[in-house]
Amino acid sequence: MARTAVRGRLTWQVATVTSVAEETDSVRTIGLEVPGWPGHRAGQHLDVRLTAEDGYTAERSYSVATADGEPVAITVERLDDGEVSPYLTADLRAGDELELRGPIGRWFVWDTSDGGPLLLVAGGSGVVPLRAILRHRQRSGSDVPLRLLYSSRTLADVIYHRELDQYRDGAQVIYTLTRSQPPGWTGYSGRVDAAMLAQIAWPASQHPLAFVCGPTRFVETVAEQLVAVGYPPGRVKTERFGGT
Amino acid sequence: MMLDGNAIGGLLHEVFGTEMTDAEATCATCGAVGPLAETVVYLRGPGTVVRCRNCSGVLMVISQIHGVNCVDVGGLTALDPRRAG
Repeated sequence: MARTAVRGRLTWQVATVTSVAEETDSVRTIGLEVPGWPGHRAGQHLDVRLTAEDGYTAERSYSVATADGEPVAITVERLDDGEVSPYLTADLRAGDELELRGPIGRWFVWDTSDGGPLLLVAGGSGVVPLRAILRHRQRSGSDVPLRLLYSSRTLADVIYHRELDQYRDGAQVIYTLTRSQPPGWTGYSGRVDAAMLAQIAWPASQHPLAFVCGPTRFVETVAEQLVAVGYPPGRVKTERFGGT
Repeated sequence: MMLDGNAIGGLLHEVFGTEMTDAEATCATCGAVGPLAETVVYLRGPGTVVRCRNCSGVLMVISQIHGVNCVDVGGLTALDPRRAG
């Protein structure tokens, strides 16, 4: 009866891994079957808890990679000195069980009623919750104009590359590669800066809504620049990750 | 590790019994008002420290002692959870 005990209570529960799919050399998407999952909103995350034989536990948060109404999935980047991600990206198999709780978050969330135009800015695996927003927009038939600026080290590090290249109908994905660019690269090069944002960001006069997700330094730089060009701080939603 | 209030959404829910990332926090040091999601959060210390993004004042400290969450909210003058939409 635990599941029906208190509505809205966040409790740890056991999910089953339904699939694992490699996105890049160091990133994989893990499909999950979560009994009684109440549904999630684009941008939310969940907490994963691993317990060692001696009882030691480690918890980490991962963004839900899918849109509302789709099966739950998380996309995890392997950090070689991490405590949790090496297990999730190397050892975990379909059929394995995983302890988690969620969905979590109500601030870094986009619903179609929030409108736009939307500016999404991703650094590395910060693209995960923004991909959920893209998918939610697509699945709900929303025509809110959307631009995703995605900063990645190299082309091989771009997560969801094939999917992101397919968006049309008012959704535009723009890449910048910071470390190396393949021959004939026509996207941006280098870190996201004020000049790049000036070309890509919707003018503040259009009352855009921005979501910025990535490593702490990346998020702070981008958020400061957006506020500097007139985005009200309350319209720049940020989520920082960092990791072990 | 310096993150933000989103990272402790689960812990906040555990402590307050409801979703708190969009709760509005008022800093006792400088008076700044903003959602908990946008605060500065230090994880993995002896406790979780939540600081004001405007003045860096400590808003809240959550420590776990023998499995019990101890919460110090002395740095807040107000904390308003929004009504669930």
